[in-house]
Amino acid sequence: MRRITSIADLEALRRKLQEKYRAKKLRIIVCGGTGCRSNRSMEVVEAFKKEIKSLGLENKIDLKVSGCHGFCERGPIVVIHPEQIFYQRVKPEDVPEILERLTRGEVVDRLLYEDPNTGRKIKHVYEIPFYAKQKRIVLSKNGLIDPTSIEDYIATGGYKALAKALQMKPEEIIEEIKRSGLRGRGGAGFPTGKKWEITRMQKSDVKYIVCNCDEGDPGAYMDRSVLEGNPHSVIEGMIIGAYAIGANKGWIYVRYEYPLAVKHATLAVHQARELGLLGENILGSGFSFDIEIVKGAGAFVCGEETALLQSIEGKRPSPRQRPPYPAEKGLFGKPTCINNVKTWANVPYIIERGADWFSSIGTKTSKGTKVFSLVGKVKNSGLVEVPMGITIRELVYDIGGGAPDGKKVKAVQIGGPSGGCIPEELFDLPIDYESLTEVGSMMGSGGVIVMDENTCMVDTAKYFMKFLKDESCGKCVSCREGTQRMYEILSDITEGKASEEDLQLLEELANVVKDASLCGLGQTAPNPVLTTLRYFREEYLAHIREKRCPAGVCKALIKYTIDPEKCTGCDACRINCPVGAITGKPKEPHSIIQEKCIKCGICRDVCKFGAVIVS
Amino acid sequence: MTDISEFVDKCIEKHGKFLVPILQDIQERFNYLPEEALREVANRLKIPLVDVYGVATFYKSFSFVPKGRHVITVCLGTACHVRGGRRIVDAISRELKINPGETTPDLNFTLETVYCLGCCALGPVVVIDGKYWGHMTPNKVLSIIRRMREEAKQA
Amino acid sequence: MPKIIIDGIEFDAPEGWTILDAARFLGIDIPTLCHHDELSPWGGCRLCLVEIGEGKKTKLVSSCTYPVEDGLVVRTATERVIKARKMMLELLISQCPTSKVLQDMAAKMGIEKVRFKPKWEDCIYCGLCVRMCEEQMMAKAIGFVNRGDKIRITTPFDKTSEVCRKCGACMYICPAIVLRCEGAEPKDVLCGGCLNVLQPTCLEVYGEYACWMGLKGECGTCVREEES
Repeated sequence: MRRITSIADLEALRRKLQEKYRAKKLRIIVCGGTGCRSNRSMEVVEAFKKEIKSLGLENKIDLKVSGCHGFCERGPIVVIHPEQIFYQRVKPEDVPEILERLTRGEVVDRLLYEDPNTGRKIKHVYEIPFYAKQKRIVLSKNGLIDPTSIEDYIATGGYKALAKALQMKPEEIIEEIKRSGLRGRGGAGFPTGKKWEITRMQKSDVKYIVCNCDEGDPGAYMDRSVLEGNPHSVIEGMIIGAYAIGANKGWIYVRYEYPLAVKHATLAVHQARELGLLGENILGSGFSFDIEIVKGAGAFVCGEETALLQSIEGKRPSPRQRPPYPAEKGLFGKPTCINNVKTWANVPYIIERGADWFSSIGTKTSKGTKVFSLVGKVKNSGLVEVPMGITIRELVYDIGGGAPDGKKVKAVQIGGPSGGCIPEELFDLPIDYESLTEVGSMMGSGGVIVMDENTCMVDTAKYFMKFLKDESCGKCVSCREGTQRMYEILSDITEGKASEEDLQLLEELANVVKDASLCGLGQTAPNPVLTTLRYFREEYLAHIREKRCPAGVCKALIKYTIDPEKCTGCDACRINCPVGAITGKPKEPHSIIQEKCIKCGICRDVCKFGAVIVS
Repeated sequence: MTDISEFVDKCIEKHGKFLVPILQDIQERFNYLPEEALREVANRLKIPLVDVYGVATFYKSFSFVPKGRHVITVCLGTACHVRGGRRIVDAISRELKINPGETTPDLNFTLETVYCLGCCALGPVVVIDGKYWGHMTPNKVLSIIRRMREEAKQA
Repeated sequence: MPKIIIDGIEFDAPEGWTILDAARFLGIDIPTLCHHDELSPWGGCRLCLVEIGEGKKTKLVSSCTYPVEDGLVVRTATERVIKARKMMLELLISQCPTSKVLQDMAAKMGIEKVRFKPKWEDCIYCGLCVRMCEEQMMAKAIGFVNRGDKIRITTPFDKTSEVCRKCGACMYICPAIVLRCEGAEPKDVLCGGCLNVLQPTCLEVYGEYACWMGLKGECGTCVREEES
């Protein structure tokens, strides 16, 4: 494509692309997010390509591979526009039927989503409860455009905000962002406009901006999906931010575990550069800015802003003392503004539609929407974007559909390893920065893990502590030794070896580690322990006093047995037991030799009769 | 030796003074970080070897021993954990007689764990040689591994 | 010059000073371990924690790294500070009970019990040797490797370093192994020799001289109670 050098050029190009975008009546969009890809969605795409060609429909149907649609549980997802027909769990074999019906204006009933509560088949995207309660801003284009095509982005209104911003004064942009009430989407919630203003005010000829996409929280993939599904929105936000701040160079820091996000972001930067949206004299404004992609190498702590800077600089990523804050002294000692991917991705929408529109969404202190990845023991796992202030109950039940298999939801863990577990009693809590902090959790980047009655809270705390002791940079005694000692005590508890004094020590230690650590990792590391202690103390006590794991998870405290009433003697468990701990003749009830049993649970997996009992 | 120094040259040409991307390219090319390569990097960039070594050991994606022909990565993100990811690791460990982070003596398999691959809806997830397998159970993963072993034997 | 208040004392601190610098200048005692005047601040041992801020919004920071800023209010010995410091020391001493430096500090701070299982390690990862080697000896022979619970201080690839001149400065500055306390006992980790109901004044008098070097408590300032 020809390089564009003015705003008029951009608009002319947009008109041309929009015509092209609208030329074909039907658009089939196959989800190409990492989740659907793992479910072989690319094979579905190939099948569509082949079938469309053989039916000679190339001029009528526009086939696209989009970013994550969010409803990952139901992947691979196919959506047919303009009607927005939603097909789920599509296999390559289904493709001929879909196309055949489509040409006749019919749908394939068996591929529609069935409402588990009413049993009704739902035809359209917007009718599905999972989507109906969402408000999509950052994710609004995820299911519509091909993330590898800058043309799609421009045709759907992309870079319009940039054009508008370049006609504004930098101070006006900052004022607009401040007025919108946008707060950092990485989790801490610092007002974005204020951060920009501080960086702008620094006296330095060189300034940098950084996009933090080092999404290390286990059980969270919002950042990945945004960068993967709509990289240009992040780039556009960054150009606007750079112009407002007065930075000429930006960096996108992505985890190496997200190969597709790296690929799409790299491609998008390349495209923007070719088109003249990055580089010298952007759209004839005299403003120059370019972006470089940096891949992480596998360290959770790099999500901490100062550690991230150390990582880019090629040093050991141990967090630095703040103050000075990166806005004053950041990358290579220069003022640096670091924002999360979703913060940057919100910017174009705010500039285009105005601060008033944005601040009308959400609560008094938390404006706009929040993207969550809703995972764990929940029916509708996936990526959701909801207005701030929605309750946890709405999120878990109305959107998530509650726990599968008729189990009862016990708690949610919000905010990853730095967050806390919130019990079911508090599910009417509105989701905003302050409310979550008050109950001992935090907004965090957006991971929501649903836990049911089969989740052991002590085991959960132990899991996070293991993660944190591995991921601590090791500099502060409080964090390095503190997480190890907390892990040690939690292990003892799960093995029934701890006393109540140990529990007291755990609580005391957790409170001190929170207080004494240098960076966010250490300061929030005890949150999973403290919140589970606060809301689920009786589970801890059951492990300690009764040597019992109520959820049936902690290996040392549970026992596998076979119910002779239910056992049909099908022999599946005996054949599959990796240690030969099961005896029994075919067609007779089997039994488990406790001394040999390693409690791997394979027998329970393979038993079709529910005869293996954990107690 | 010359192969390594030539390659390091290329990396530095491409990434300049940025250490982590250089190490990533070396890791990708050799499947591990050879000692000579790190010494070469330190020499060329004029930074102390101890700094290069300190950075390289910090990150999980770098390895100092060659990895196996097949890399099995088990996700232990929270979503996979609550759905039994740990049991998958235990099962593979038992089958291959190696711990996470280790490689079988015949260099056939490397077992790794990762905290979250971002496809939580499919948990527990196992990635074998870059291919994602969702909704894994110990049994399913063992049958995949056994099949791979058979194929290796025949080849 | 930034105006700060430390423990109620108003003070115009020179630009570039840390809280620790200001406190020392005013004669306020703050314990330190990983800090050394001739080396760059590190902030790892967390023993020099102080509380900053007023009202509800106060927090603990390491005084050796925190720069003085205008209007800063510092309190160096609040209950919260002392509790945190004691816990840090308990963590450190359970890691390396044979360090006389740590045993002395424990005696001074009045730690009477160590509740964690002793690790009997030789290194507390304070990084003094790393900074000494780099900043004073200009060698950079040793450094931190790995992270989290696997962190270590060593030479590259654990091989004899070509840049090491064997000057021994790393050992000289090490608070963990140079002066060994032999009094630490497996059962309670703390050294009975210096832990005393009286003020262990000999620590001030004899400095680096350890009990086991000769006097073995015979000086009388620290008396090990006879087990009955």
